[in-house]
Amino acid sequence: MKISPLLLLAALLALAFTLATGLASRAENWSRRTKSDNIFSMMFGDGRKLFANQFFVMADVYFHSGYYPSIFDKKAEGEKEIISASHGNKESEEDEKKEDFLGQPKDWIDAFGRNFRVTQHTHLENGNEREVLPWLRLAAALDPQKIETYTVGAFFLREHLKRPDQAELFLREGISHNPDNCDLYMELGRVYFESYHALDRARNVWELGIKKYFALKPDEQKDNKIIYEGFLVRLGYLEDAAGNEARAIERFRAAQAISPNPQALQQQIDAVQKKLDAQLPVTPQKLF
Amino acid sequence: MNKIFALASVVIKELYRRKDFYVLFVLTALLTVAAGAVNFFHDEKIVRYIKDICLLLIWVSALIIAIVTTARQIPAEREARTIFPLLAKPVSRGQVIAGKFLGCWLATGVALLVFYFFFALIVGSREQIWPVASYLQALWMQWFMLAIVIAMVLLGSIYFAAPSSTTTITFVAVIGLLLLGSHLKTIALQQPEPMQSVLTAAYFVMPHLEWYDLRDFVVYDLGVVPLRALALATVYASAWTGFFLGLTWLGFRRRSLNT
Repeated sequence: MKISPLLLLAALLALAFTLATGLASRAENWSRRTKSDNIFSMMFGDGRKLFANQFFVMADVYFHSGYYPSIFDKKAEGEKEIISASHGNKESEEDEKKEDFLGQPKDWIDAFGRNFRVTQHTHLENGNEREVLPWLRLAAALDPQKIETYTVGAFFLREHLKRPDQAELFLREGISHNPDNCDLYMELGRVYFESYHALDRARNVWELGIKKYFALKPDEQKDNKIIYEGFLVRLGYLEDAAGNEARAIERFRAAQAISPNPQALQQQIDAVQKKLDAQLPVTPQKLF
Repeated sequence: MNKIFALASVVIKELYRRKDFYVLFVLTALLTVAAGAVNFFHDEKIVRYIKDICLLLIWVSALIIAIVTTARQIPAEREARTIFPLLAKPVSRGQVIAGKFLGCWLATGVALLVFYFFFALIVGSREQIWPVASYLQALWMQWFMLAIVIAMVLLGSIYFAAPSSTTTITFVAVIGLLLLGSHLKTIALQQPEPMQSVLTAAYFVMPHLEWYDLRDFVVYDLGVVPLRALALATVYASAWTGFFLGLTWLGFRRRSLNT
């Protein structure tokens, strides 16, 4: 029996179409990748997290305008400078020396080669901090569980670029992926308190952060004690700014109880107490 | 000299007749424009990542053009047997080598000019600044680095069996030199003897191509390299190019041209 090739092609097409209608709904459940709304997770799966750290490092490289040690250079251990900068830490002379990974030229080739490479330790400033943002955005897309990406990005957006709206959006994206992380609530509260001066919203966010802290396991609470202290101190400042001095003192005292440096907080308490004492006592007035 | 220029002009014509350059340029332009179209936090002033990506693509494209174009020059002439009528004319083997080198180098230079013009246009339209001196230095240094690479490829094309093997080996060697060049001494110092001495010797003997990569200066707006250093690097590149061309000539002059 001779079958026409056209008929055979039509039969194969019909078979493919019929199978597709039946299999399409099942195929959706075969892989979680296709369900992802993120192109990176669709392409790389969980392997994308390997690249996320590299992009975070790229942000740090940009922050130093290319002055960055390679895998062959000796570098002082510790947290990345882009992270410590986002915590508001300024670099001391000693830190500068520690970061001088190049040292003295090893020979004439090394000395001459330094004409063609970045040899000065600088940090981005004057709004140029924006240049780190693409790498942080990519790192967040690749690993949504990497908390530093959101906190560092939000810090630069809020503090240096004066874009609290974008900082808030970025942090909310982080919270949607990591709803129980205290750091993100801390940073979001700072956006409301320091940029918008929205005291009630900041208070609500930080109090929610404290609730999240107490929802942690006991050993995790121990590790994150500094965050809890941070919440209490910031709430103290917030209450002071809101004119609730008594409440501020209460917050500072609670922070003092767990702080490694209670003396500094005592000064804060004294200052607020002084303010409280200076207020005129309310004299009862005659209504009639 | 006229004979060398005549040979070089044939190579240049070959470059613009072939599709390699156009494909690589369109790919570079497309990827750069696509990267520039991405919106990060609604900030239009972010530009360094675009410079970084575009310059990386320019480096990769220029290397591909230089290596692939050069690797096939002499083998193609031998394969098509056009080398015989060429050498039957009053042209020496040394002039053939010089002509091929000059053609490939000038062709790569023209390609680089087009790439850097596109780069300046894209970055200038976004940044509104035109650091021409910095761009010219980056172009100049890259072009001289490619002179060393082209001379190396010509040498390889005399000894290796096929253009594909020359291309692969040169790519590996160039990437190795670019990545490890400045770190080899550091690595050497961490090794026990005799490896330490071997690596230290290699460090002093190898061509330091990494000096010619001024991308960081352009990306991070670090200004220009001192002219004295630039001039010395140019002399260094010329010396290495001359060395490789000399070796190529020595090998080619006694080589049987029958395939």
